[in-house]
Amino acid sequence: MDAIIRCTEVSKAYGGVIANDRISLEVPAGRITGLIGPNGSGKTTLFNSIVGYHPIDAGSITFEGREISRLRTQQISRLGLLRTFQQTRVYKRMNCVENMLVSIPNRSDAFWSMFRGYPADATRRAERLLDFVGLYQKRYLTAGSLSFGQQKLLEFAMALMNEPKVLLLDEPTAGINPTLINGLIDRLRRSVTEFGVTLFIIEHNMPVIMGLADNVYCLANGRLLAHGTPREIQSDKRVLNAYLGENYGNEAA
Amino acid sequence: MNRSLSKSLFYGAIVVAGLAAPLLFPGYTFAISGLWVMILFALTWDIMGGQMGYNSLGNIFFFGIGMYVCAIVQVGLYYNVAAYTAPSGQIDVHFTPHQYYLGLTLGIAAAAVVATLFALLFGQIILGLRGPYFAIGTLGIALAAGELFGAWNYVGGGGGIALPTFPGDPGDRALFFYILCFILAIAAFAFLKWLYSTRFKLVANAIRDDEEKAEAMGLYTKRYKNLGFAISAFFLGISGALYGNMIGFIEPVEVAFPVITFGIFMVVMCLIGGKGTLWGPVIGAALFHVVRQLTWTYMLGWQWVALGGLIIVSVVYFQQGIVGWVLERWPERFGIRVDEAGSPDESLDADPVNKEAA
Repeated sequence: MDAIIRCTEVSKAYGGVIANDRISLEVPAGRITGLIGPNGSGKTTLFNSIVGYHPIDAGSITFEGREISRLRTQQISRLGLLRTFQQTRVYKRMNCVENMLVSIPNRSDAFWSMFRGYPADATRRAERLLDFVGLYQKRYLTAGSLSFGQQKLLEFAMALMNEPKVLLLDEPTAGINPTLINGLIDRLRRSVTEFGVTLFIIEHNMPVIMGLADNVYCLANGRLLAHGTPREIQSDKRVLNAYLGENYGNEAA
Repeated sequence: MNRSLSKSLFYGAIVVAGLAAPLLFPGYTFAISGLWVMILFALTWDIMGGQMGYNSLGNIFFFGIGMYVCAIVQVGLYYNVAAYTAPSGQIDVHFTPHQYYLGLTLGIAAAAVVATLFALLFGQIILGLRGPYFAIGTLGIALAAGELFGAWNYVGGGGGIALPTFPGDPGDRALFFYILCFILAIAAFAFLKWLYSTRFKLVANAIRDDEEKAEAMGLYTKRYKNLGFAISAFFLGISGALYGNMIGFIEPVEVAFPVITFGIFMVVMCLIGGKGTLWGPVIGAALFHVVRQLTWTYMLGWQWVALGGLIIVSVVYFQQGIVGWVLERWPERFGIRVDEAGSPDESLDADPVNKEAA
């Protein structure tokens, strides 16, 4: 198991509030890794630190063995490390196809690329991916007119369009119609098997993340509390006390 | 085929009408030249303001810079500019036709280059500002430029500069500058029509809708912002060079950097026509210019009130602008609709997982 992302002793404080306190974790390549923890435990902060949204106070973050903690968001995303947002963010006044096209990989863009069109197969790929998330029929509607759940699916498709190596998903199932969640879980799995994307997922929906992830990290109060397979996490006393509640283990079993 | 033919006819008709207008209405040559300049103002403002969501209130700065640079080149090629603009002890000046045309050509080229360079320079600072801060930042630049040029005696200070006189009769002069303004507006339109068919448009729109998301997706946002700003400046610089020569006399606050007239008109014309579209600025500029000419002729004394009324009505009741309103009213005609067809190809259609989701 090769770690594609490795965080070592990462710390981040906002003023006096320590959001991340010496967190060390590894995201293995080609797998699905979960990140759980109660609200305010520092999950999104850690995501923001990894993608270079803000500078970290201490520690090191490597991506494919390369130190990225001093790089900016755009540089990191061009390396193939992409994130989606908790509050879904799509380009609301553009239609779905345009949202997809503008997300094509731009790692090798030169100055003159600004004046080029989009390659013929890009539209085709955009349409296939929109079909993949079930938005093909709505592809000419503006993204802002879609429901929240559909925007979330669109954002996921946009991320895949960019051909990332690693995708950081911030609560992918929040706000999605429960009947669509199974379809989404399936698509997340297939993005790993078919597109070879490594997933690192923040999720509050326990059945979803426990069923999806190969291994799970649990944060609490800015510290790493536990790490293990979903089964180990579910039976870990510290996790149960800090987060899931006394009775959760019994219900899930 | 039929559609492309009718499109060609439409564009052809505009070009013919544009060329015929000064011959049919020789008395209005100057006013119609103004129309092309207004269309250019609106088109160039919309690159940043409409497509990219960067509402500049100071684009007029590039217009004024172009005007001054052109004048300095036209005069400076043959005379000492400081002596030329000195209020007392004026030197005798005379420009031969050859000197005039050469000076004008080089002046226009220099105006375009210098305005573009200023856009790239100021872009480094103010394109980092967003929303109202960008608007105020650009406004500050334009206002400061007016004051600085007013205090700069080399270019005549507040007294201004008279430009070299056109070597020919006044009717020819009006026609000459009419043709240049016409070519400039058509060239800008054609260029933007092409530019909006490239990646530039989608990335600009992405920046407008959510710049932070665009950054998170790895788009080279800064590059696109600089380019958009530079293109606006390029065309505005040329328009300033032409307009200065059309007027014949440059003065810093009223002619070169008219922030509260032309500077605001640019924004208003885009709002009326529908910003973020190719035709919106053109339609807005045409309507605005006609209303302006009519009120100046028939409602003199009340013209600003009438114009203010138009602005208020359009901003309060018609925020999408004319083209935006049409798009909203008949979205299906512009392809904004649900596609009933199943999926892009059969192999995916046959996949049970996709069936289940659809």
